[in-house]
This record gives sequence, C-alpha cells and structure tokens, in this order.
Amino acid sequence: MTGHALIEILLYLGVLGALVKPLGRYMEFVYSGRQGCAAERWICRAAGIREDRWMNWREYAAALLMFNAAGFAAVYAILRVQQWLPWNPQAFGGLAPHTAFNIAVSFATNTNWQNYGGESSLGYFAQMAALTVQNFLSAASGMAVLAALARGLAAQRAEAIGNFWVDVVRSTVYILLPLSLLLAVALAGQGVIQNLKPYAQVAGSGQTLPMGPAASQVAIKQLGTNGGGFFNVNSAHPFENPTPLTNFLECLAILLIPASLCYTFGRMVKDTRQGWALLAAMIVIFLPLLFLTVHAEQGNMEGKEARIGTANSALWAVATTAASNGSVNSMHDSYTPLGSLGPLFLMLTGEVVFGGVGSGLYGMVMFVIVAVFLAGLMVGRTPEYLGKKIEAFEMQMASIAILVPAACVLLGTAVAVTAPGGLSGLQDRGAHGFTEILYAFASMGNNNGSAFAGYGANTPLVNYTGGFAMLLARYWVAVPVLAIAGSMAAKPAVPASAGTLPTHTPLFVALLAGVVLIVGLLAFIPALVLGPVVEALK
Amino acid sequence: MKSTSTFNWRIVREAIAESFRKLNPRHQIRNPVMFVVLVGGILTTALGLEELAGPGAAHAGFTLHVSAWLWFTVLFGNFAEAMAEGRGKAQAESLRRSRRGVKAKKLDRPAFGSRYEEVAASTLHKGDFVLAEACDIVPMDGEVVEGAASVDESAITGESAPVIRESGGDRSSVTGGTRVLSDWLVIRVTAEAGESFLERMISLVEGAKRKKTPNEIALTILLAALTVVFLLATVTLLPFSIFAVKEAGKGEPVALTTLVALLVCLIPTTIGALLSAVGIAGMDRMLQANVLAMSGRAVEASGDVDVLLLDKTGTITLGNRQATRFMPAEGVSDVALADAAQLASLADETPEGRSVVVLAKEMFKIRERNIHELGARFVPFTARTRMSGVDLSGRRIRKGAAEAIEAHVAELGGRFPAGVREAVDLVARQGGTPLVVADGASVLGVIQLKDIVKGGIRERFAELRRGGVKTIMITGDNPVTAAAIAAEAGVDDYLAEATPERKLELIREIQAEGRLVAMTGDGTNDAPALAQADVAVAMNTGTQAAKEAGNMVDLDSNPTKLLEIIRIGKQMLITRGALTTFSTANDVAKYFAIIPAAFAATYPELTALNVMRLGSPASAILSAVIFNAVIIVALIPLALRGVAYHPLNAEQLLRRHVLIYGLGGIAVPFLGIKLIDLLISAMGWA
Repeated sequence: MTGHALIEILLYLGVLGALVKPLGRYMEFVYSGRQGCAAERWICRAAGIREDRWMNWREYAAALLMFNAAGFAAVYAILRVQQWLPWNPQAFGGLAPHTAFNIAVSFATNTNWQNYGGESSLGYFAQMAALTVQNFLSAASGMAVLAALARGLAAQRAEAIGNFWVDVVRSTVYILLPLSLLLAVALAGQGVIQNLKPYAQVAGSGQTLPMGPAASQVAIKQLGTNGGGFFNVNSAHPFENPTPLTNFLECLAILLIPASLCYTFGRMVKDTRQGWALLAAMIVIFLPLLFLTVHAEQGNMEGKEARIGTANSALWAVATTAASNGSVNSMHDSYTPLGSLGPLFLMLTGEVVFGGVGSGLYGMVMFVIVAVFLAGLMVGRTPEYLGKKIEAFEMQMASIAILVPAACVLLGTAVAVTAPGGLSGLQDRGAHGFTEILYAFASMGNNNGSAFAGYGANTPLVNYTGGFAMLLARYWVAVPVLAIAGSMAAKPAVPASAGTLPTHTPLFVALLAGVVLIVGLLAFIPALVLGPVVEALK
Repeated sequence: MKSTSTFNWRIVREAIAESFRKLNPRHQIRNPVMFVVLVGGILTTALGLEELAGPGAAHAGFTLHVSAWLWFTVLFGNFAEAMAEGRGKAQAESLRRSRRGVKAKKLDRPAFGSRYEEVAASTLHKGDFVLAEACDIVPMDGEVVEGAASVDESAITGESAPVIRESGGDRSSVTGGTRVLSDWLVIRVTAEAGESFLERMISLVEGAKRKKTPNEIALTILLAALTVVFLLATVTLLPFSIFAVKEAGKGEPVALTTLVALLVCLIPTTIGALLSAVGIAGMDRMLQANVLAMSGRAVEASGDVDVLLLDKTGTITLGNRQATRFMPAEGVSDVALADAAQLASLADETPEGRSVVVLAKEMFKIRERNIHELGARFVPFTARTRMSGVDLSGRRIRKGAAEAIEAHVAELGGRFPAGVREAVDLVARQGGTPLVVADGASVLGVIQLKDIVKGGIRERFAELRRGGVKTIMITGDNPVTAAAIAAEAGVDDYLAEATPERKLELIREIQAEGRLVAMTGDGTNDAPALAQADVAVAMNTGTQAAKEAGNMVDLDSNPTKLLEIIRIGKQMLITRGALTTFSTANDVAKYFAIIPAAFAATYPELTALNVMRLGSPASAILSAVIFNAVIIVALIPLALRGVAYHPLNAEQLLRRHVLIYGLGGIAVPFLGIKLIDLLISAMGWA
C-alpha cells in the first residue's frame, strides 16, 4: 500500500471516528423523545399517531410489516404506470411485472439491488416519488427496529418497546432529512446535478447526457445505506460523484449512521462501553479486509475511474459492502479475485459489520446473543447479556435471524446456477461466472444491493428468486429481533457480579468477531472456494 | 452412596450392548445432530451396496468405509450416553436389591405392643402405622411417632455409623430401606408405594425421569440451527459442483458419499454426541458427592447462584462455643480462676462446660477431678437462676451470664467489680460469650466462650467471592456477636437475630433484585425458606418437611456441601460450552481436509489448500470422518468427569477456555487428521 493511500484511509477513518460520538449522542436524544419540534407534532397529529401509546413487540412488528408493504405497493404501482405520470421527459414506459416486483421489494427492504439502469428506464417522478421516498422510509424502518431492540434490552418487566410510527417519524424528520439536506447541498455545490430537464445532446458527437434530480437522491442513498444509484453506474458516474470531495463525503456517508448507531445503542442501554465494544468488533473484522482489498487492487485500474483511483475505489468497495449500502464508484466485477473476496466476505457475514442503518447493528446483536451464550456456558453461568438471561426463546429467534439470510444466499445461488434462466445473463464463464452469481445472491440475500456487474440479472427467474430472498432476509431477521426485544423487555435485569461475563472487554470483542466469522462464514466456505479462491489460485 | 470408578468393565460391557439398542430411530430423533449422522449412515450404506452390485464397484470400498465410520460415530455417541447412565444404573440396581421382598409389621393402632400383621411393604398406604424392631428394615418413609432406635442408613448414605431416630423433634423422620439396629420404632407411613425417597432416588440415578434443562434446550436449538446451516451448505454444493464441472470441462460432480462425509464432519457431532452424557454425568457427580438432586434444573441453577445463605452454627463455626480465655478479676490469679471454673464445670456435660475443663488443663495443667470423690454437690443450670456450679466444703462456686452472677453476688452482699464489667463488655464486643465465675460473694473473673470458625472456611468464601458468589451468614446471635464472627469468617454480610420469617423475607428481597439464592436447612421451620430458595439443600438428618421443601438432599448432612454443589453446577455448564466451542472450531481443519479432496479433479489448483499434505482425496475424506468419530470417544472421559473448575472470575475463565477449547479446537484436528491419514496410508486402506 502506498503512503498516499494510507493517509487517505486514515483521514477517512479519523473523520468517521470523530463523528461517531456527537451524532450517536444526538440520535439517542432523538429516540428518547427529548428532541421535539413542531414538525413531529404536526405529522403525528395529521396521521393520527398517539405518541404516548407504546406497542408490544407484536404490534410493533405488525406496524413495520404494514408500513413496508404499503411502501412496496406504492413503488410497484408507480413503476408499472410511469408512462402516465409527470416529469418523464424521456417518456419511459411502465416496467415489466417481474422487474417492478424486484425493484419494489428491493427499495422497501433497504436493499436497493438494481436490475435496471436508472437513466434508461425510469422517469424523474418514479425516481423521486417511488425510490427516493423509500430510501428514507426503509432506512427509518431499520433504525426504528434497532431503537425498539435497545429499549427492550434496557427495560425491566415491561411489555412495550416503543411506538413504531413515532420512531419512523423521528428517524426521518430529525436524522435522515437534515443530514440528507446538508449532504445534497454540499454535493450540488460540487457539481452533482439536480434538475428536471430532458436529456441533453452534446453537439456534434451524437452523445446523450442524462439529466435529473440526482443530488437529492444520492445524498439519502449514501446516508440511508440504500445504495441505489440515480444512474446505472452509480457513483462512478461524474454527475453523481464528480470530485475528490464528493467522493470523500459520499464514502463517509456510507458508514456514518451505522457506526454512530453503536454509540446510540450504548447510551440507550445505559452502558456506552457496550456500544463501543460492538463498534470495536466491527472494526476488527473491517480493517483486515479493507487492507486486503486495497492491497489487492493496487495497480488494477480496470473498471475504476481515473479521477478516483484504486485506493479510494477499494475503500468504497469495502465500506459499501460492510454497510449494506451497495452503491459503487468502481466496477467490482473487474476486481482481482482477492480484491473481490473482501466485499463478498462482508456481505456473507450477514451484513453485521456496520451493515444497514439499524439493521446491521441489530443483526450484530443476534451474533452477540450466540457469542454470549457460548461464553456464558464456558464460564459456568446461564448466559446473560446486559443483565438479561439468554434462554431457549432468544436462542431460537437469534438462530432464525442468522440462518435465514444464509439459506437465502445458498439456495438462491443454487437455483440460479441450475436453471437456464439464471445462467442466461452470465457475462463470464468458469469460476468467475460462479462468483458473479454468488455475489448477486449474497447481495440480495443480505439486503446489501451491491452489484458485481457482469451478471445481467433482469430475468423473471432472478427477479423473483432474488425478490423473495430480499423479503425473507429482511423480515425473517427484523421480526425475530423484535421478538427478542419483547422477551428481553419482560425480563428482570440481574445485577452484575464478579461471576458475570463482561461483554465490553477486548476478550469478548475478539470472541464476538470470531463467532461472526466462524458461524457466519463457515457455511459459505465451499462456495467461496469454488468462486474467488479458485480464481485467486489460478 | 458408594462411588463407582469411571471405567468399570461391567459398565463398559453393558454400555456397548446398550449403544446398539440405542440405534432405534425413535431414540435418535430426540437429538437432531446425531439423527442426521444416522440418516447419513443409512444413506451411504445403501449407496455402497448399490455400487457393489452395479458398475461403481471401484467406489464401493470407499463408500462402505465412510459409511462404517458414520455408524461408529452414532455408536460412539450412544456409548457415551450409555456410559453416563451405566454408573447410575449400577447404583440403582444395588438400591433396588434392598427393597426386594421387604415385609412390614402393620399395626392395628398407633401404639407399641398392639397387634400387628405382616404385609408386603408395597401394600402400605399413607397414614398406616407400622412397627420396626431390631433387625427389621424400615418398610416405607415415615415419621416416628413412638420410641427411639439406632438406625443403619448406609443403604442410602453409604455412611456406616448408625444414627438415632426418635419421636418428636428434628430426628423423627425415617427412610424406607434403612435398617433398625436396636430397640424399636412406631412409624406413621408418609409416602405411597412408588413415591418413596428410595424409589425416587432409583429413578433419578437411572436417569429415567431426566428432563432437558433450560440451558440444554437452548443449546440444542443452537446445535440444530448449525446443523441446518451446514445441511444447506452441503446440499447446495451439489449444484455448485455440477456447474463447476460443466464450466471447467473436467472432473466429476462431487460424490454423494463425499457430501455426506462433509456434512457429518461439519455439524457439531462432538457436542451432539456428548450432550446428554454431560447432563447425566452432572447428576451422577452430585450423587458421588452424596447429594441427591431432585431435578437436573436444580443442578444447573446451582451454577448460577449469586447469594449463599449459610447458617452460622455447623457451617461457618464448629457446632459449639468453646472456652478460649480466662480473664481474672483484680487480685485474683489466672490459676485460681481456672481452678474454680474447672470445678464449676466438672459436672457440666454441655460442650461449653467440657471446653472449660479442657482449657484449664491445656493452660494450667489442672487435672480433671471426680466430683463425687471431692464430695461436691452439683448445682445444675435452671432457666430461673441461669447459673450452674458446685457446692463443696463451704465454697459455693457459680458460673453464669453476667447479669445472673451480678444478682447472685448482690444477694450475698458482694460487689461486682468494674474491671470484670469491662472484661464482659470486651468479650461481647469481640463476638464471644462472657461467663462470669463467682466464689461465694466474690467475683473471680470471666471465661471467654467463643465460636470457633472452621479452618479453611475463610479461603473458601474468598474463592466464592472471586467467582461472584456473595455469602450471607444467618445466626440467632445479637448483631454485635454476629458482626464479629462475620468479620472473622470473611462472609460478605450477616443476618443477626434471625427468625424463620426474617430469613424468608431476606430470600425474597434478594430474589427481587434478580439474584439466585442457595441455602441449606434441616428443621421444619426452615421449610418455607427452603421452598422459596432457588437452590435448597435439605440435610438428610432433617425433618420430612425440610426434605420435601428442598430441591436437593445432602445425604452426608454437611452444610458446607453447598460449595461443592455450586462447583458441580458450574462444571456442567462449562463442559457443555467447552465441547460446543471445540466442536465448532474443529470445522476449520475439516474444510481444509475435505474441500481440496472433493474438488481437486475439477480445479487442480485447489491442491494448494491441502495444507496438511494428505495422501489422497479418499484418505483425506476418510481421515476427517475417522477423526470426527474418534474424537467423541477421546472426549468421553472429559464429558463424564467434567472440565476442571478453577475459582477464577468470569473474564479469566473465559480467556482460559477460549484458549484451550477454541484455539485448541482449531489446532488439534490438523494434527489428528494428519496422523490418521499417515496411518491409513501406511495400512493401505485408501
């Protein structure tokens, strides 16, 4: 690694690290309801939300599912009939049912897997009203579930874990909207386009330049770990990411909220050391993979933008797959086999290393439950996390949350490599072709949305299989998480003693990272061997 | 109870036979991990036989070899369980023998000397009255209503010294199966046939009624989840490999046998096979410690205990107070005081009285004298005078509580010296009991009686504290005395002037904080507290009520046993955790053995992953499967004995076990598989 690359990475990590505590603190303020403004009251009154009425976990989960189902329906409807909707200067037609289904699921589940090219198939209304709106709401949904989990862990002998509607409103109004506004203005200032004009023709060359309201969507797709690009090539496109500064800010936005939420979590469970420990476990897994990818990509300019360079491309690639963001500023398909291993690894761990806003951290807490269980047995006590006993029910729910995404990836990949409809879109053959398919399902099966490119995934088979994988991976994790929040809330907290296993020490952090790697990755070793490992050994 | 060594040949023989009986799928389905292995065994056997008959005969040897080891894996798991059960069964058998053909002398009415008829013990009902005379076996659990007798309880406790059982008080309960040695007892039957203590004990040691404990259930769920994950990983490997072969244009799709072998190696078979053995062995270790746990749940809960309530007398201190010091009044020599004190105590048969005589002998070599030879008259202790002593040749020596002696000398016109008053206060402040000695109207001085804290108890409490367990001493003493003894014994807290109600209240308070409480008790007045405590150990010498309220019975009636119980409870959890970690960590090496072997034909570059340099693909796969089976047998002793417990805090314990079982679990199979591979290659098996 060159000194230059090292400086850039250290600067990135330094700025990120400095923002964790202030933003995390602010978010805790938001979720504890100490932040109040007229907008929230107005929205709540208009929507008939009773802020003081808290829900039990079943009601909370039902609200989440209803809300996201409504989001799915809205996106699907808009995509199907966009030819009759305003702000469609290129007069794009309605999308095929399987394509619209996949996109609608993808945006409602915060995956933002894209089986379409933005500038060649979607009008501005669809981009703004369907996709950008879901970028906010799906992110807010994930953050709401995390807030509910933290409350459940902190509560004692209680049933209620918060009000879903209030949490969504607060996440959106106080966190996502202000941050997006700031970022969008900064990006627009640097030259990211924001207009509703028809596509421009470059005189004499016959080239068409796509236009549109990019800055507003780019800001939230980065902050809300959505990742769905306005243009097909995402942030590799100069209209989405024109300068080194926009690249830095967009890359920073990827990890900003997921990292800060660790501190928020710590404050909400009234022990910030717990939050720092979770962040440390994430970093312990993140850093080696970051350095591996940066090192492996050194000198490999294929699929990378000259204005961005290899180090910043690799940094982005690792950050975007660690967080379930999925936006790209380079084409991962062109990475060296070792270079693509890092991003693939990070998705396969179940998107818990930073992960999606909210969803990454609550996924990590599921691994914490498994780690605490093993560790608790090894010290001879019924396992406890934050003073709450881990019993059969929690184990069941955590097992489901860890198992389902893994099953989605493996079964989805198996279907795609077997059925003709899955192979037709394959650009490369051999082990690399296998990596492309595995990457696609790793991405959808963990709600990441990152595309490897090279795999034309817009076929009915892949759209439907992937769509169901995204649904399962999102809700078969979120609902068990809420169930755990509910059962934990009902339990009394056992005061800590010398016999209690501390869950904030370096030893526990190492154990947690080990459990994430072993439990999360062991299932994928055969698949990884047949893909990137074979390629690397060639 | 007599202990049985871990590997006794009779038990081993019986266990081997039992391992085959346990192949019954109905038994196996209860353990998802081992059930998968069983299905794999059946599948590969069928495959091997088919190959043998058909064109694949070249593979048949390998397939059948793998299949044989899968069967061994299941059998080894069964064997571990059978071994754990075997010891209990042997004990149950000897217990049962003592029950066979017992006759009861059923009385017409509850009085000694009334008419009785001989009936079989099994026909007795609750509320019947029976007579047990010398050499009779007590036919059923009951309460002595008349008489006193010495009883040999060795059938239950293994302790050969006879104990006294008598009507009234705390020694009135008798257990069916014990033998009356002398005299007679009239007993009211308190249990129906089939529910007696001995019968419950038999079913417990046999493990017949064993239910899975809460942690065991949670662990089974985790193991099942891991099994499903690995099932998916291996099942999907078939389409992956078909795709790979098509793309690479060489090699063959991975063989079904290889997939089954990989699956069995990856799923946590080590812990799956040993899980129930660990639980049974935990109960068994309790039995070896002469503790009868009424449920596995209670054993497990004892590992979680946060607070230990300990009775002062008998647990923390030796049973009785002892004289430790003579403190003479001004103008009186120590020897004179000791001499008078000894005289006053000669006829006093209480332990306190004896200890005064002993101390006088130890300190001043005052020989023991015979009270009758001296012509002295003994004045016994009465509740009214609260003094005792002797009258001899005109001397009236008395000893007693300070107030009593003060009143006594005042009556005789004497004066209670200020120096003695100070000494009395000093002794009380230090947690002792002052006894004042007077000769006529003059006060000679003070004897200090003190509770003697048991040797080594302080260290054990410190050990518990390191493990996060808090100790609370329960005593009827006043707060000053209690505080002094608490400080000396090193307990964390004490409850002075305890009554059964205060004790119950204290337990509820602690439980309300979310902590688990353990206690011991023997009297009927302990029963409510025992019923409330999470881990309640009743003394076998205690009353029936106490035994029924507790969830464990200590056959040795040794209150210090709680410390042992906590250790066994922790050990059981640690053993499960260690084996799970070990089992999962093993997978890393197994991947390195099997994956290159399975795919090297399609992608030759994968041989680079064969870091162990195993001989051939067949021997690599076989070695992994054999290692997976053999490691179960190798770990049976650990499962039965339990992981050694060290009194460290949680962090230190975790570090230790992660290093040994986590990192060790990664390293050991690399060595093991390599060794087996060398062996197989040398023997030409593959």
